Amino acid sequence: MPSLRNVLRLCGKELTSLLRDRVLFVFMLYAFSLMVYAQATGTSHDLVRASLGVVDEDRSALSQRIIDGFLPPRFQKPAMVSPDAVDHAMDQARYTFVLNIPPDFQADVLAGRHPDVQLLIDATAVMQAGIGANYIQSIVSDEIGRFLRRDAAATPDSVELRLRIAFNQTLESTWFTGAMALLQVINMLAILLTGAAVMREREHGTLEHLLVMPVRASEIMLAKIIANGGVILCLSLISLYVVLEAVLGMQIAGSLSLFFAATAIYLFFAAALGIVLATFAGSMAQFALLFILVQMPMYMLSGALTPLEAMPGWLQTAVQLLPTKHYVAVTQAILSRGAGLETVWPEFLTVFAMGAAAFAVSLLRFRRFLSLQQ
Amino acid sequence: MNAEAAAGALYGGLRIDHVSHRYGKTVALEDVSLALAPGAALALVGPDGVGKSTLLALAAGAKTLQQGGIAALGAAFADRRARESVQPRIAYMPQGLGRNLYASLTVRENIAFFARLFGHDRAEEARRIPALLEATGLMPFADRPMQKLSGGMKQKLGLCCALVHDPDLLILDEPTTGVDPLSRRQFWDLVDSIRQSRPQLALLVATSTMDEAERFGQVVMLDQGRILAAGSPADLKRQSGTTTLEQAFIALLPPERRGGLDGEPPAPSPYLDDTAEPVIAARGLTRRFGDFTAVDHVDLAIRRGEIFGFLGSNGCGKTTTMKMLTGLLPASEGEGFLFGQPVSAGDFAIRRRIGYMAQSFSLYGELTVRQNLVLHAALYGLSEADAVTRSKAMVQHFDLKPYLDAVADTLPMGVRQRLSLAVAIIHEPEILILDEPTSGVDPVAREAFWRELVRLARAQGVTIFISTHYMAEATRCDRVAFMHAGRVIATGTPAELQAAQGAATLEEAFIAYMELGGRSTEPAPAMAVATTVAPVSQGSIGVPRGLFSGRRFRAYAWRESIELLRDPIRLAFALFGTVMLMLIFGYGITFDVDNISFTALDGDGTPESRAYIEAYAGSSYFKREADVVDGAALLQQLRGNRVALAIEIPPGFGADLRRGRNTEVSVWIDGGMPFRAETIEGYVRGAHSSFLAEVVRQQGREVIASANLVMRYRYNQAFRSIDAMVPALFAMMLMLIPAILTALGVVSERERGSITNLYVTPVRKLEFLLGKQMPYVALAYVNVLLLIVMTVFVFGVPLKGSLIGLLLGGLFYVLASTGIGLLTSCFTRSQVAALFGTAVLTIMPTVHFSGLMQPVSTLQGGARLIGAFFPATYFLRTSVGAFTKGLSLADLMPFILTTAAFWPAFLALAWLFLRKQEA
Repeated sequence: MPSLRNVLRLCGKELTSLLRDRVLFVFMLYAFSLMVYAQATGTSHDLVRASLGVVDEDRSALSQRIIDGFLPPRFQKPAMVSPDAVDHAMDQARYTFVLNIPPDFQADVLAGRHPDVQLLIDATAVMQAGIGANYIQSIVSDEIGRFLRRDAAATPDSVELRLRIAFNQTLESTWFTGAMALLQVINMLAILLTGAAVMREREHGTLEHLLVMPVRASEIMLAKIIANGGVILCLSLISLYVVLEAVLGMQIAGSLSLFFAATAIYLFFAAALGIVLATFAGSMAQFALLFILVQMPMYMLSGALTPLEAMPGWLQTAVQLLPTKHYVAVTQAILSRGAGLETVWPEFLTVFAMGAAAFAVSLLRFRRFLSLQQ
Repeated sequence: MNAEAAAGALYGGLRIDHVSHRYGKTVALEDVSLALAPGAALALVGPDGVGKSTLLALAAGAKTLQQGGIAALGAAFADRRARESVQPRIAYMPQGLGRNLYASLTVRENIAFFARLFGHDRAEEARRIPALLEATGLMPFADRPMQKLSGGMKQKLGLCCALVHDPDLLILDEPTTGVDPLSRRQFWDLVDSIRQSRPQLALLVATSTMDEAERFGQVVMLDQGRILAAGSPADLKRQSGTTTLEQAFIALLPPERRGGLDGEPPAPSPYLDDTAEPVIAARGLTRRFGDFTAVDHVDLAIRRGEIFGFLGSNGCGKTTTMKMLTGLLPASEGEGFLFGQPVSAGDFAIRRRIGYMAQSFSLYGELTVRQNLVLHAALYGLSEADAVTRSKAMVQHFDLKPYLDAVADTLPMGVRQRLSLAVAIIHEPEILILDEPTSGVDPVAREAFWRELVRLARAQGVTIFISTHYMAEATRCDRVAFMHAGRVIATGTPAELQAAQGAATLEEAFIAYMELGGRSTEPAPAMAVATTVAPVSQGSIGVPRGLFSGRRFRAYAWRESIELLRDPIRLAFALFGTVMLMLIFGYGITFDVDNISFTALDGDGTPESRAYIEAYAGSSYFKREADVVDGAALLQQLRGNRVALAIEIPPGFGADLRRGRNTEVSVWIDGGMPFRAETIEGYVRGAHSSFLAEVVRQQGREVIASANLVMRYRYNQAFRSIDAMVPALFAMMLMLIPAILTALGVVSERERGSITNLYVTPVRKLEFLLGKQMPYVALAYVNVLLLIVMTVFVFGVPLKGSLIGLLLGGLFYVLASTGIGLLTSCFTRSQVAALFGTAVLTIMPTVHFSGLMQPVSTLQGGARLIGAFFPATYFLRTSVGAFTKGLSLADLMPFILTTAAFWPAFLALAWLFLRKQEA
């Protein structure tokens, strides 16, 4: 059994070492504050500030009406483009959408000739292209309908579609991107700090020295996980309450403390993973690359950035093995759906089990790892 | 410049005038002056931590001068240009075995690297290197990597590297610390022969071994940053009325620094009992590393209370033997015993009774002396009170008081050794296993240490197993064992061993046994060999002038490439890692929202309601899950994330529809992920209207639309995520891995100590930076090509635009991304900070602010700003433009040029952060 006293002693040592590196600490503060803030406020996963160019060859009341229909925050003020400048502007990625209103458009509409309006979409802007096209379509038809003083959906629309967004009704994405930014910082830091701490101790021969003393490998590991994880947990707490809640005014549905508990469990996994990676690396340079190769897929495929449904089947099965996937699911459940422990406990358990497995692997590899680079 | 300094400037040797130096509040040097004529040799002696190393580093130009003047070879150091003009004629070997050398380079490559830094061409290199190898006896090891050399050979190699450019001033900082006696003797013979062949060579050496100082014409004693005494060895002995320099050294110290010194031979131990079971024993102990046998059937029996010395050349297996006895290394064959029990790694009761000190410093460098003591006391399970008493006793025994709150890394080597010893005996162990504990420790501290050892053995019956390179220490042991090439070749009391070989001293006996054991002990061949091949050239031989030397740049680039190529794992990670990530992300990161699982609550159950649900189920966007029966279950499905969409059809839906009455359908969308929710909303509207259109058509009415919106997806007509995402991922792949690869470049040299070569050789900062960057640029460019091939042939995304534009943009982009790593490496102080800094500075902007996820034109605030000043933004447009948009070179030019602007900017910043001298 690991001795609590030894673990605490070693924790104290870890903290002293960690806090001594000022540059590192500045980076940590930056990541947890400004980076989370910039990502939460600056980026969004819904359609905001979409850039739209308009070629208005009609210059009628109707065309003006359509143009005026594009309002912030969904759209930036539409920019007028001359027909021959369209290609170049789109090549330079200036506009994601260009709406082309043909000459005599208003007249044709009034005459019932069903004229075409052309919408050019930059399909390389994958995330906005699809959603934006939908919005533009409904805005255009709404405006024409209103212009004709009749209801846009005057077709025998006998079935009213009542769309309700369950959870996060406003589709506000600030908290979502904020929470995901936090996840990324945590993930990055926990793996890197504990892993690098182990690498460093081996390079400096201090691990070996610990092992001639009455200290267990498990105590050394636990101390690293607790100390580094603790610092990260504190920083995430600050980030959560100060940056996300106080500064950004994030409104969440569920319990913050539950979210916090989820974060703590996830940290246990990530820190243990850091140690496992370190035991596979022969040098800090190798560890650095391993870190990138493992960390990036864990984050990018977690469902935090892209919808999981879209992945090929084999990958969907594979991501079930990613604790980040479960953590993101828990985060969404707690923060937006207000889920309680009774709903999310399976995910809690899964992440914890993965952490325990990583911890076990790191213990198994520990002695071999010591002799890896002598 | 005062008159004296001006005179110094003209001085051909080395002149140090009133130099003071401090680290924060600590004074390292206080008003030190000394002069060294060309051809003369001066030894700097003194206790640990009195400023010897600082003075040497200043004289070598490695540290920035704070106060006073230094002039060497006719140039005053305060003037940067003057200093740089003479620097090629100064050679400096910092403290620590092979500290400024490169571990993975071979002997020959190390020398060649230095030769190139000093501007020798290939022909000159080919002439000098064999001569130097011949002269130092390293020829048989020319192709062995430096890390596999023994300590003595490392130092000889260091000397070769220092001599490759014919210096006129040679500065050696404790060059023989940790080197075995034979190698030490050979080393000094080598230095002597160099001096004979280069009469004008001035030699400045720091040492903690007094018999070495005897060889020098001048000896300067430093204490607490001041000069205590100076003169020839004979002078010093006369002054102090002593017969050896070691005694003179102690006599000249102020009494309170002297410690009691009796040097009496230890009284026989009252504990020694030949019949008792040995406390430490080895039977046939063997350890193999691959096919190399490091320890070969070693037998030892050490009795309680005995001080047992272990001597042998560097790398003969002493350390391995000791590690096996502590349980750190498993034995390949044979067994070790402690207290009569077989050694087992997990036995805590035994670990508590052992104290071990490893050869290299292995305490926590980032903790203070006090913290280290307290931590170890606690880990050995000492009670709070005991820990305090023992720590105090240790501080007193090893004179650590002045350093209590100093961080261990900043301590001089000798003080660190003392701290390690203190830690090893803090828990009053019954067995002490000490691996070269006194290397680099000054005579006074060594004496105090030995008295402590003798006391422990005699008064408390502690068994001590100690390895050492000092013969004087060996004579104080009860018994010694000589080891060579993994075998113990002799064991006995010092007197017995001397008698057996008929030798006058133990050192002679040692050498005799080494010869018997098969070690060549012939003196090093004369250095004259070297100088006849490589005649002395005048002045700064072939050192290229000007702002940039291609040769020095190539030297660094060559060295960095070798290191990279010798690490196949790193290469494989970098190349296959990119391929692997691209495959995962290429398929995994997609915004094609489909297969949305939905559930229906059909409260109606008519053909109409089933048709409505079928309008969804029939589309490839949706995937139908089992129906639910009530509202609560519906919410439960949503909350549990089992469905993303739920459709609720009210009772009477079919009837209302048939009668033309207005009715409604409720649809719930999971808003947890806003992007997905909005896309789903679009699909729902589509499915809904197609249902309505179908109804209308069935009723035979015409659908009226006032205008048609014709949507044209440009560049990617099929609107496939993969066509847009894969080229966009280029920006991410070529940012992360190249930046992380470069990130450790400078900071790891700093941690290892080889950064000294930047300080003391003629290499310029720009040459250094570019040399470190280019090998990674080349590697990253292989990745560019790999990615292009993968995109076209694996993902089937055709390259519609300019290949040249893509290749050019890729080049500038990897220059920028490796530049970020290099920059972070320049302003961080630890590898961890460099890694995390690079990760933070690259990952988030690349993923979120560069247009990978959402167009840059829609970002706002800080995110927009970061995006605008980040190269990925522009390269992303280049790669997407070239692949998907089919842009021509001219169209791509603006992006390419903007990407290109980042490299010089990052390089300039890195240049500003990098110092050419240590502060």
